[in-house]
Amino acid sequence: MLDHAWLVPLFPALSFVAILFFGKRLPKKGSELGIAAVGISWILSVITLVQWISHVESSKPGHGEPYFHGFTWWQSGAVKFPVGIQVDGLAVALFFVVSTVSLLVHVYSTAYMKGDRRYTHYYAALSLFTASMLFMVVASSTLGLLLGWEGTSVCSFMLIGHWWEEQPNSNAALKAFLTTRTGDVGLLIGIVITYFMAHTFNIAAINRVALHGDVSHTLVLVAAIALFAAVIGKSGQFPLHTWLPDAMAGPTPVSALIHAATMVVAGVYLVARLYGVFYSGFAIHGGGINLVAAIGGITVIMGAALAFVQSDIKKVLAYSTISQLGYMVMALGVGAWTAAVFHLFTHAFFKANLFLGAGSVSHSGSHHSFDMKKDMGGLKKYMPTTYWTFLIGTLALAGIFPFAGFWSKDEILATAHHNTYDVFLVVGLIGAFMTAAYMTRCVYLTFHGEYRGHGHPHESEKTITIPLVILTVLSVVAGFVNAALIFGVTKFETWFEPGEEIVKKLGSFPVLAHPDVASVDYVLAIISVCIALSGIGLAWAFYTGRLKVLENLTERNGLMRGGKTFLENKYYLDYLYTDLVVGSIKGPIANAAYWFNQRVIDGVVNGVGRSTKRLGELTYDVVDQKIVDGAVNGLALETGNAGGLLRRLQAGRVQRYALMLFAAVGLFSLAVWITT
Amino acid sequence: MVLNNFLILSAFLFCTGIYGVMARRNAVLVLMSVELILNAVNINLIAFSAFHHEISGQIFALFVITIAAAEVGVGLAIVLLMYRNFRSVDLDRADQLKG
Repeated sequence: MLDHAWLVPLFPALSFVAILFFGKRLPKKGSELGIAAVGISWILSVITLVQWISHVESSKPGHGEPYFHGFTWWQSGAVKFPVGIQVDGLAVALFFVVSTVSLLVHVYSTAYMKGDRRYTHYYAALSLFTASMLFMVVASSTLGLLLGWEGTSVCSFMLIGHWWEEQPNSNAALKAFLTTRTGDVGLLIGIVITYFMAHTFNIAAINRVALHGDVSHTLVLVAAIALFAAVIGKSGQFPLHTWLPDAMAGPTPVSALIHAATMVVAGVYLVARLYGVFYSGFAIHGGGINLVAAIGGITVIMGAALAFVQSDIKKVLAYSTISQLGYMVMALGVGAWTAAVFHLFTHAFFKANLFLGAGSVSHSGSHHSFDMKKDMGGLKKYMPTTYWTFLIGTLALAGIFPFAGFWSKDEILATAHHNTYDVFLVVGLIGAFMTAAYMTRCVYLTFHGEYRGHGHPHESEKTITIPLVILTVLSVVAGFVNAALIFGVTKFETWFEPGEEIVKKLGSFPVLAHPDVASVDYVLAIISVCIALSGIGLAWAFYTGRLKVLENLTERNGLMRGGKTFLENKYYLDYLYTDLVVGSIKGPIANAAYWFNQRVIDGVVNGVGRSTKRLGELTYDVVDQKIVDGAVNGLALETGNAGGLLRRLQAGRVQRYALMLFAAVGLFSLAVWITT
Repeated sequence: MVLNNFLILSAFLFCTGIYGVMARRNAVLVLMSVELILNAVNINLIAFSAFHHEISGQIFALFVITIAAAEVGVGLAIVLLMYRNFRSVDLDRADQLKG
């Protein structure tokens, strides 16, 4: 299976085509095809995962070689365009994450999207999305990566705008598409630069050249900056994060799959995949502040702060996603590659869990509303399963021991500390505090207090709760794969990080510094859990009214009120983009374009038009009337005359025909007689 | 056996037939002239058959006589229809196929 990992993306791709052509005629409107294809993909991913693990375990420590498989797609001169797969720990881990979440979302959607008018197209887009993502993860060349990357963008656009009849939804889809596109310009530039740097599209070779090759550092830095622009767009990093909260206009399972668990981590994946370029370009080993870590750190705090002022449950989760993606990018920026991928792995499960939980609440609890303040509250007793799964997801996200988020977050913090990036350790701790607090607010507003809605809340059906339970189990156990702190387990590292010997042999991955398992920092872990708990406690006390000091603070204190307004307007970034940037471009450029249009283009067009007209008249008079018509009329006239002559022969007199017959025979006989 | 006399007779009959076909206006007479042409052919066939002591010529002549009978049947039917449509058997009247 490791050699044939391309089969994993193949099945959803086939089912996309099949659903599009036959979906509507099937009894379940195409959803069975999607579920079957993603189910097969999931089984194949699990087989790949198991085989990879046994491959790594059976080789000598650090010797688990990745698999490469590919061919040249086409060639233009000396430039080869390869297609191929690269199966290593990162690809295998993401296979598992993507196919698991996608399968659960497929199942969940049968209930959530029941009776939707574009049910079939929804499943087709989900299949295509899964195929693109799986293809991107396994691609061995930057071109394959680009293909999968753009595929996910298109599917994201289709699914955000799934209910495009309402203007805000189609606007959100366009915003998401155009904002990520802004970053994607960087991806194209980065791919071109890395091609001319390494003279190949092969990712491993590009990494090798960036790390050990004889190329100027500036070139690598420019390539890394260009590629990082794509990461900022795709992974919702500051300052291009604004599309992600708006993307919540799509159906909730889509938000879970695309805008929390998988697609948005494509940017994180890109950094992890081309880590050699980033590592060398931004001098990550140096211990100084670099762009990746700085952007990640800003995003952590900024996203978390915005999550406090949202009343839409999905937007809280969206900003939480932005903040957590900031964690991953920051981790990559401080050299904590394994911790970042590990956080990606655990985050996918608990964030999908939270999103599907929010979907379950709106589906059965709040009458299709997502407003926590107006339509929710007190849902705990109506929806126990949803409540408990949501709560465990929250604890995992807040990083409470022993849930999944604790292990990955702790590893990020410990590695940041170990690599002497202590600034980002502090940022991470502040982020952890804020995460715990806003998630407590979210849980309190949704599930506790009095019910404020007008529907009849009840528990969702089995197709919704079973995926929730599965994801909850994964949010609990996923962390134990790398529970270095307590149990000394570092399986995640062993399985998914390129082994030391392989790094030396292939040279396509930087030699990373790890905090030693033996000298784990218990103090740090205890501090981070205490900070998270205090966040939960403070928020809980505030919302249950035990903290009189803080009540109505925003009304009483001008500074606080200003801060709140600032947050509610999302740092005015949307105004900056739409009014200032777009507006300033729109005005002068549009005027200039208008002037140019009126004077230059119209002048040219009119001139061309006038002279063409004159030429046309000339042509009409001379060529058409005299020559062409003359020829045509003459020909017709002559044909008529010839016909008039010939028609005399066709007099209808039988005997004259007989005369002609015999005359002809006589003439021929005469001719034969003379010639012989 | 002298062949020439037979051939002269046959040529004479043939020419008479051709003249009749081309010059007569009466459709019945034209048909009769066609018969004259056919019989000229028959005389030729039988003369050569006797001259060469070869029986096939006479068999051909028998065929020609049979087919001529059929041809007269069809021809008279056409003449009858012509009379019905034009109230005459004048061939010059039947020029409806002129171009």
